[in-house]
This record gives sequence, C-alpha cells and structure tokens, in this order.
Amino acid sequence: MEIQELKNVASQVRRDIVRMVHGCQSGHPGGSLGCTDLLVGLFFDQMTLKSDSEGKKIFDMNGTNEDIFFLSNGHISPVFYSVLARSGYFPKEELATFRKLNSRLQGHPTTHEHLDGVRIASGSLGQGLSVAIGAAEAKKLNGDKSLVFVLMGDGEQNEGQVWEAATYAPHHKVDNLIAFIDFNGQQIDGPTDKVMNNRDLGAKYEAFGWKVIKMNGNDMEDVIKVLKEARSLSGQGTPIMVIMKTEMGAGVDFMMGSHKWHGVAPNDEQLAAALAQLPETLGDY
Amino acid sequence: MKKYTFTEKKDTRSGFGAGMQVLGQTNPNVVALCADLVGSLKLEAFIKENPERFFQTGIAEANMIGIAAGLTIGGKIPFATTFANFGTGRVYDQIRQSVAYSNKNVKIACSHAGLTLGEDGATHQILEDLGLMKMLPGMTVINPCDYNQTKAATIAVADHVGPVYLRFGRPVVPIFTPADQEFVIGKAWMVNEGTDVSIFATGHLVWESILAGEILAEKGINAEIINIHTIKPLDEEAVLASVRKTGCAVSAEEHQIAGGLGDSIAQVLIRKHLAPLEYVGVNDSFGESGTPAQLMEKYGLNAANIVEKALKAIARKNS
Repeated sequence: MEIQELKNVASQVRRDIVRMVHGCQSGHPGGSLGCTDLLVGLFFDQMTLKSDSEGKKIFDMNGTNEDIFFLSNGHISPVFYSVLARSGYFPKEELATFRKLNSRLQGHPTTHEHLDGVRIASGSLGQGLSVAIGAAEAKKLNGDKSLVFVLMGDGEQNEGQVWEAATYAPHHKVDNLIAFIDFNGQQIDGPTDKVMNNRDLGAKYEAFGWKVIKMNGNDMEDVIKVLKEARSLSGQGTPIMVIMKTEMGAGVDFMMGSHKWHGVAPNDEQLAAALAQLPETLGDY
Repeated sequence: MKKYTFTEKKDTRSGFGAGMQVLGQTNPNVVALCADLVGSLKLEAFIKENPERFFQTGIAEANMIGIAAGLTIGGKIPFATTFANFGTGRVYDQIRQSVAYSNKNVKIACSHAGLTLGEDGATHQILEDLGLMKMLPGMTVINPCDYNQTKAATIAVADHVGPVYLRFGRPVVPIFTPADQEFVIGKAWMVNEGTDVSIFATGHLVWESILAGEILAEKGINAEIINIHTIKPLDEEAVLASVRKTGCAVSAEEHQIAGGLGDSIAQVLIRKHLAPLEYVGVNDSFGESGTPAQLMEKYGLNAANIVEKALKAIARKNS
C-alpha cells in the first residue's frame, strides 16, 4: 500500500478508537492512538495474512504459514479491534459493541468469545512475549518460515516475566520473532521515569542478546521502513526488538503529552473536538 | 473383598516419565518444557529421544507457562513441567489468563506435590494446588495413585483437548493398579466394593485407603473404596451411587481439606444426597521438614486416620 493510503486507514482507525471508547464511556484511548500506525502498517502492509478472493480474512488459530501478531498490552484493545475489523476479520459494525454486555469485543482481548484475529487473552501484563516465543518455537518445529510479532507497553516492562522471556529468546535463538515496545514514556501513575525508571531499554535488551532497532512509531514512512528492516534481520540467530517511540494520544492534540488519557473516555464535546482532527476516510461504523 | 498386593514400589513421577517416553514415540505433536528440574521430572528418556521437542526454560516458570500456551497455537501439545508448587501457585495468573481463559491445550504436569516431598519442607510442599486448579473454568484436574496409573493418565491427557493439571509425587509407593489399564478421564475407579462406608481417595492416599479397608474388615466393617483420580470433572454418579448404598463417606487426600477432593464430594452430597462426610487431609496448616512417612503420620494422612474417620462417619450415620 502507498504511504498515503496507510495514513488514511490510520485516520479512520483513530476515529474508531475515540468513538468506541466514547460509546461505552470506558477503555484506553491514549495507548491505542499511539500504536495505531504500527498496527495499520503491520496488518495492511507488512504482515502476510490469509484472505479469500473477496478480501475477507481467513482466520486460522494455528496461523500456519502466515504471520502472527500478539497484543501483550491488551488494554489497547480499541486499536486492535478496529484494525482487525478494518482489515477484514469481522464486520466493522461490531465495533459498536465494544465493552458492552454479550459483546465479543471484551474490554481486553480474549479467545473466549471466538473473535477472529485474537489468539490469546491479554490484559494481565507481561505474558505476551512468552506466548509469542512459544508460537515462534512452534513455527520452527513446523518448518514454517513466517514470523511472529508481539507488542508490549513500556510500563509493562516493569513485569518480571518480561525479563524471563527476554532471557529465553536469545538463548534459544528465537530469530523468527519481532517484538515491539511502545515507548511512550507514560504509565497509569505518571511518567515511567518517575513511576519506575526503565532506564535504557535498548541497552538492556542488547545486553540480553537481542538485535535492537529504533522506530518513530507515529511516522508511517518510518514504520514501514523499520518493519522491512526488521523482517530482513530475522533468521539470523537473534530475536529482534523494536523500540518504538510514540506519543500517547497521537493524532488528537489534547490527548497528547500526558498519561491523563491512558484510561479515560472523552465526553460528547471532547469526542467532537477529536473527530474534527481525524478525517473520515473509510466510512464510520 | 478384593485383596491388593504389590511386588514393586516406584515413584509416580517415574510413571510420568515413562508415559512421556511413550508419547514421544507415538504422538509427534507432544512437546515438553521444564524449568530446570529435568531429573526430578524423569524427562531424560523423552529428551534423549526427542531433543528438538524439548524446551528448557531455566528457573522461569511464568515464562514456561506462556511459552506452552504459545506452542499450542502451532498445534503442539505441550507438557509444562516442574514441582507442583512452582507450576501452580507461583504462576496462577499465567495459567488463568494464557491457558485456562484462553482455552489452550496445555498440560501442566507437576511432581513433588504435597507433604511427601519430604525434607525440603513447607516452601516446596504445596497443599493447595488441587483447589487452585479446580477453581479455573475448563481445567481438568487429575491426581493418579501409583506408577501405572500415572503413566496411563499421562498418555490419556495428551488425547484430551483442553487444559489439564496432572499432579504426581516424589516418594516410591506400591504399584497395585494394572499396567495395561485404560485410563478414562472423569471416571472413578472402583477399588473395592462395600456396604458400610464409602472411602473416596486420590493420589498417595488410595493405597492407604486399601490398608484402611483391611483394618476395617478385621473389625467387621465392609468399606467401599473408590479411587477418584480425576478431581475435576468429578464422577458425581460414582460418588452418589456409592453413598446411596453406604450412607456415609470419608474423603482422603494429600491436600488441604479446604478446596480439595473432600470439598468437591461435599458439594455433591449437599446438593443431591445428604450424608455424613469425614475429611482426611491437612487441616489449615503448612507442612514441615521430615521423611515422607513421618509427615504422613504426623498430619494424619495414613490408614490409621482413615480408619478412625470411617468409624466416626459410621457412628454419625447410626446416631
């Protein structure tokens, strides 16, 4: 896809995010907006995914011979759901059910409701990198050359299990794995530097044996360039970590630059102000 | 009364190792993970014959559970193994979210459960694992009683689609179930039919219940002994059929009374057939260091206490 087309998709996804969160008056817009460009770049351009002749995605839980994406920081479910719907896994109208009773779009992603595109429940933090390693190990056993992608938050790096997984992947040469950290510098109680200083995450992962690369996660051109680079680095004996600099709330000016919009829904007025900044490109749900 | 004898004693964990060796040869999707306890889990044969299907995680149990969940996404049947304490309580949230709620086909297979771990003491002697695991929706919970049953259960759970907790132990115990048994998940095994009291036992307490049945017989009491190897789903029909006949029951397990097999049986009896029930289990206490035999005696997990509780249950029935 052309960069401009991807940007158009991202604008629609951001509209979906703020409308979904407004619709149920709960959820996590900040991180969702920050990670929109990455998920659009992956699902609309860089991941190899199965689809039928009409473009509807074919969901295979085992992900055989296709790339797999795991969302470890499950609270940014709005962006995940929007991208899954917009890329053809389920009808976009279902986005209106987000966080409502009897919805398949639970507050945090789950396989429990059989929503196509979701392969693991996430929400309790720190578990996705381990799951992604397992899926990558299975691909190796199966002789499947496709890749596994996983996204974590930077606050999530506080969790001890992340570092168990960080130790495992280089030791076992899990080189069909590309992980991302959403480095927005914010977590619920404030800036990560104040709450629990991660210090130099890139240096840490390098010391653990990962190939570390950086990305501007809110610049679609850089996202695509780095995704291509990451893929080219796979299969060389080391797992790949992309430290992705983003702005929480990216695309909506009053949601940016603070942790305030981590888990707060906009009111009617704020919704209108947000949507005014985000062109409707593919048609609202 | 059927007479049980044995010619050999072995640890149940060796039954697991033997079952894994069979699975290594018969089911190419079976893989194993271990958190730095390969020898204790008796995985050497599986690893030797299938090195590419074994994943050493180091002392990192949370990561092991997550990797196991991920392996299922490629169609694998992972057995995640360590001591019961580290494979359940330590990683409860990982099991809850990545395995049970995600409905992944992971087998959590744990040795060194309960007091019979022995000298290492209470830090390692989990007595809450059956309760923790049975509370998780969709989790199957199995606690076999000897080497042969553990081997059969190991092979059986590989064919069951869904998360399983398989619990076994460290000490050598009599082998008294048949080597060629068919292990049916959720189907209780009738050890001895009787009419006066039902003894529902699991794990190492099954053999103690057999011994208790012999002592009771000398007193003129005809005990029915049933091996509940599958704690969940519980064979309610077997429980009810037995208690309808005997009118009272004893549960026997190497576990806390709270949340264990006895509580599962109590729920059935309360809902469907009120009858006296006495518990043999650890009563709201941690374990301690000692030999397995010393600990089982001190905490009342033996034939003598099963006899005492059986007499009490019968007395309550007749009062």
